[in-house]
Amino acid sequence: MGSQEDMVSREVVVGMPQGLHARPADQLAREARKWQSRIELLNDTQRVDGKSILEVLTLAAEAGTRLIVEATGPDAHEALEAIGVLFDRNFNEQENTEGR
Amino acid sequence: MKFSDFVATDAIRSHVDAGTKEGVIREMTQSLVNAGSIAAADYESIVKAIMKREDLGSTGIGRGVAVPHTKHPSVSRLVGTVAVSHSGVDFESLDGEPVQLFFLLVSPPDRPGDHLRALENISRQLRDETFCRQLKSAKGPVDIQHLLEEADSHGVAS
Repeated sequence: MGSQEDMVSREVVVGMPQGLHARPADQLAREARKWQSRIELLNDTQRVDGKSILEVLTLAAEAGTRLIVEATGPDAHEALEAIGVLFDRNFNEQENTEGR
Repeated sequence: MKFSDFVATDAIRSHVDAGTKEGVIREMTQSLVNAGSIAAADYESIVKAIMKREDLGSTGIGRGVAVPHTKHPSVSRLVGTVAVSHSGVDFESLDGEPVQLFFLLVSPPDRPGDHLRALENISRQLRDETFCRQLKSAKGPVDIQHLLEEADSHGVAS
């Protein structure tokens, strides 16, 4: 393709009291899959594919965890912005709606 | 966290009969009742809570795996079970694939960390495609139990 590969990253904080559990992981992977760029999440020990719920769940990121989101590809800036917004809005998880 | 920390061995099912999401959830919840992990009186309430959670977004996490779950005040510790469907069930997964492997979890409302660590264990182990394939082709509950034990003994807790 010959298009320039941009790499951008930012820190995010898991703000949901329940942590980065299945539902936000699903939202994250769905958003990440909308973009051409490679989206990766990093904690202190792991680097995982943001387009895979399975991978995201292996982070077991509890409330308060800091993660780095890294986007690499032609639409890296827009992708990072979109993923960042999910974290900034706590995946729209204001109240505890999970379960009962 | 290991599989042995939350999987009720007596509730493992190697051949679920149900062909629908709710059917599988009912079969697995019933297995937990039969195994004594949850009370019969809570069966309906737990099934409803799990279905309600599914309404918020499928727990089909890809690669033919789903993790239906809920919090429920009737349990004092995380309980769960494993089931296999040989024909596969439509679970509205992200990748669109039918689900063959189910991990059902019921956790106490005040223990989000345990729930996260169970999900972490499940997803980490299932990255191993051989493990996935072996689980899906298990002939009986004992085979599944052995596969989980083997995974537990390999897995370094992270």
